[in-house]
Amino acid sequence: MATAEAPRPSSTMHDPNSDHPLHRLTPEQVAEIGEAFQKIGDEVRADLGAHDAEYIRNLVTFHRRLAALSRIVLMASRYPPAWLLGTTGLSVAKILENMEIGHNILHGQWDWMNDPNIHSSTWDWDTASTSASWKHSHNYLHHTFTNVVGKDKDVGYEIMRVDPKQDWEPRFLAQPLINVILMLTFEWGVALHDLDLEAIKKGEKPLSEVREDLKGIAEKGRRQIVKDYIAFPALSGRKGFKRTLQANLTANLVRNVWSNAIIFCGHFPDQAYTFTEEEAADESQGAWYVRQLLGAANIEGSDTFHLMSGNLSFQVEHHLYPDMPSSRYQEIAPRVKAVCEQYGLPYNTGPFGKQWLMVQRTILRLAFPGGKVRKKAPAYVAPPKVEKRGPEVHTPQGPIPAFP
Amino acid sequence: MVEKAATPKIPMLRKRALQIAGAITTPLLPDDYLGLLDPRWSTKEATGTIVRVKKETDEASTVVIKPSHDWDGHRPGQYLRIGAEIDGVRHWRAYSITSDPGHPDGLLSITIKRVDEGRMSRWFLDQVKPGQLVFLGAVEGTFRLPDPLPGKILSISAGSGITPVMSLQRELIMQGADADIVHIHSCRTPELFIFGEMFRELQGSRPGYTLIERNTGTDGRIAAADLDEMVPDWRERHTFLSGPREMIDAFEEYYLEHGGEDTVLHVERFQPVIGDGSADVGSGGTVSFLVQDKEAPCEVGVSILAGGEEAGALLPFGCRMGICHTCVGRLRAGNVRDLRTGELTAGEGQTIRICVNAPEGAIEIEL
Repeated sequence: MATAEAPRPSSTMHDPNSDHPLHRLTPEQVAEIGEAFQKIGDEVRADLGAHDAEYIRNLVTFHRRLAALSRIVLMASRYPPAWLLGTTGLSVAKILENMEIGHNILHGQWDWMNDPNIHSSTWDWDTASTSASWKHSHNYLHHTFTNVVGKDKDVGYEIMRVDPKQDWEPRFLAQPLINVILMLTFEWGVALHDLDLEAIKKGEKPLSEVREDLKGIAEKGRRQIVKDYIAFPALSGRKGFKRTLQANLTANLVRNVWSNAIIFCGHFPDQAYTFTEEEAADESQGAWYVRQLLGAANIEGSDTFHLMSGNLSFQVEHHLYPDMPSSRYQEIAPRVKAVCEQYGLPYNTGPFGKQWLMVQRTILRLAFPGGKVRKKAPAYVAPPKVEKRGPEVHTPQGPIPAFP
Repeated sequence: MVEKAATPKIPMLRKRALQIAGAITTPLLPDDYLGLLDPRWSTKEATGTIVRVKKETDEASTVVIKPSHDWDGHRPGQYLRIGAEIDGVRHWRAYSITSDPGHPDGLLSITIKRVDEGRMSRWFLDQVKPGQLVFLGAVEGTFRLPDPLPGKILSISAGSGITPVMSLQRELIMQGADADIVHIHSCRTPELFIFGEMFRELQGSRPGYTLIERNTGTDGRIAAADLDEMVPDWRERHTFLSGPREMIDAFEEYYLEHGGEDTVLHVERFQPVIGDGSADVGSGGTVSFLVQDKEAPCEVGVSILAGGEEAGALLPFGCRMGICHTCVGRLRAGNVRDLRTGELTAGEGQTIRICVNAPEGAIEIEL
């Protein structure tokens, strides 16, 4: 076997400790890594100011203008060009609002501004799930117990098997289909997921709380449905009602498929590690950082791609610093990579298409029993610096740099 | 929960219209879109525009503000919180209102003394230009003239503590009251006496007003024991005291020990200590912080904030004295008691300030 994986005895699944960085590092190294990551976070936090505030305000303003304009254009939705323009604008607006604005504000990334209009305690977003239950299931459960199988309910969202550590059950045979349904109805799936179905089944969550949550979702859902499928279509008049309804439905679908794709690429690609409850028990601050680093995967792309993904394309940085303004992730990425290189840790990343296909492959494969742990990424090594040389012109004395 | 400005008063009709429009702007509010056009059009928060900054002394200025919405008015001696954005962060401070109630142009003013480490005071004195938007909190404070007006008054102020005392004395004059007023003010030099000119003029023109100036730069600080000599009949007077904490503590103690039966002391202090267990109010209890999944036991007189911090919860706080509303949380179960007034708040869904409220038995709070 030429891979880094240790030979596996056929009786057990695999040996997860073979080259697992969490087991290879000494406690001192783990502590050093923790300090190094802490330092990066502290420095950025101390540096936050008017420039950052301007970024999020401009973005919020841009989103509101785009949403308002798209809705106005859609009043003429019975003309196909208006429909196309309005639907595109609204899709982009909804994606921006959910990904770069809503998700990040609800993380408390902008709470330092102390502005009640851009604050995790007051924000509500344009999606079915209520901000309160989202903050519990996502900010607390997922971000604290990231990729700990059995504790992080985002590993397969309790309805899919995305990691071989999860026991196979016959119901997972349906997951290729469930996967497609979830893509299309992602906002509602997330809203229901926040209920914590497993805890309800096990009787760990009191029914009164479930009722309270359901009431919240019903109210939020009602307002969302009235807005997108009744009020705005009605503003387009009798002739435009159906077309605007279709436009809003399309925009919601586009947003659902896009956010599903980005979010699934965050933790389910092959390179991301998962952990057992024992591995995460009593962990130090440093070990927490290492687990966050290993459990997340970035996506490579352009600046526009990063913006549209809500900077979740910097999933690694996001998991190390969930409450750091997302606009800073790109800037600190080289420093995170430097820590990885120093301690021989992987820095999980890949192009969007590749990451997404890996996730789909996993979902299809693990619908059936068995499945092995895929090969993890090797330790990060910075690419050699290539000295860029401009064109040259030849002179009797030899070549000299060309002008301009 | 984050500290917010007051909610402006708007006409019923407009409120209704905004509610209906909310169906298409949800989860945002129509105000969020109005605010895009002009932040002053939003009715989410009370705002004001700075009209001018008038220099009072070398280290103090009066900031004149025009509120964007109908202004509820205030009573002399009260204060309000003012919010301003400095380097991307919104800061809040409480300042005494120095403008006359019912100003003909609807203007409002606060008077600010420079604090060397004070971000807000330096911003107001050095950087603010007319036209600047500020956020306005609600009018608060119990440092007011009693009704009926007392016949004999002693005002003791020090430094910037002059601001509420100035408002009270202007009110007395405007009401035409013939009260006998002795006013002791201390500050470093005569030039640094904020509103000094106004009071010195009053000393000559209004019978029954006596001003005693104390320059701490040359004469040292005033001691409570000096009162017997300076104002022999201080026990018969309503005293209005406003100044730094040490001074207030010393005077309060002296009044408690040496005051007579009819001695009344009104105090304006901006940094009291609340919730550290010194108040013997209520029963204490256990707090469950719902979002953070933390439990905190609180002894008698210990605020939810102090107890929660002790238990390792990360809680928002500002003034820690019930002014700023930064630490507001939502009560989900149980009762709480206000450590300042002893008042009991019961009922699910109430918003409470955790810095001045203590649990009465077991409670659940969301913040």
